[in-house]
Amino acid sequence: MKHTLRGDTVTVFLTGELDHHSAKDIRAELEALIANPRVKHLVLDLKGLTFMDSSGIGVVLGRYKTLSQRGGTVAVREPGPHVNQIFRLSGLYQIVEKLC
Amino acid sequence: MEKKINEMRIDFLAVEENTAFARAAVSAFLLPLNPSLEELEDVRTAVSEAVTNAMLHGYEGKGRGMVRLSAALYEGGRVEMEIVDCGVGIEDVEKAREPLYTSRPDMERSGMGFTVMETFMDALSVRSRPGFGTTVHMEKRLTGAS
Repeated sequence: MKHTLRGDTVTVFLTGELDHHSAKDIRAELEALIANPRVKHLVLDLKGLTFMDSSGIGVVLGRYKTLSQRGGTVAVREPGPHVNQIFRLSGLYQIVEKLC
Repeated sequence: MEKKINEMRIDFLAVEENTAFARAAVSAFLLPLNPSLEELEDVRTAVSEAVTNAMLHGYEGKGRGMVRLSAALYEGGRVEMEIVDCGVGIEDVEKAREPLYTSRPDMERSGMGFTVMETFMDALSVRSRPGFGTTVHMEKRLTGAS
């Protein structure tokens, strides 16, 4: 999974399909990245995501729980229309910022 | 009465990998109708949710049991789909359909599956009997890119 670390912010570029099956690997990789105590903020770049169902909500919320405990944040960048609608329905944007 | 123009039915094992297979199969089946990309994504998402429910809740994530996906196309672009499992069933369908309700918070499930299906489909009905499985019926009219 391509990512960049700048200061206390890690940006991860998600690609392909995010469903319950792929969520396991994505979750494990994200957890490994934010296990670094230096990381406070996670930005998920979703431009390369070709599909996501509601499994994606859990993946984002789970990481939010981890990072918010150390005063950090999670943001999503460039969600496609469907991904955006799924996040909106779930109320995710109340705690996760959407970056353009 | 709209004339049925095509119909399909596939059975697949309730292993997670087959969720992507179910999405691909339903996409391929609908392509002759020339749906818009958005419509296709609506259907793919709803099918993904229903199949995931069948695997994780119906068959409790054990990877055993078969899921049936069937679809029928009607003149005018209406599509009917059914996702059927013979798993544990749902005790309280009304509760299961509530947004954010999940029986599996331990698996980071959000409880948004049925809400997503309702949002992307024109109609959704759920029949279930504890111990006998669940049938999710969905309908959508595809107006197409043309």
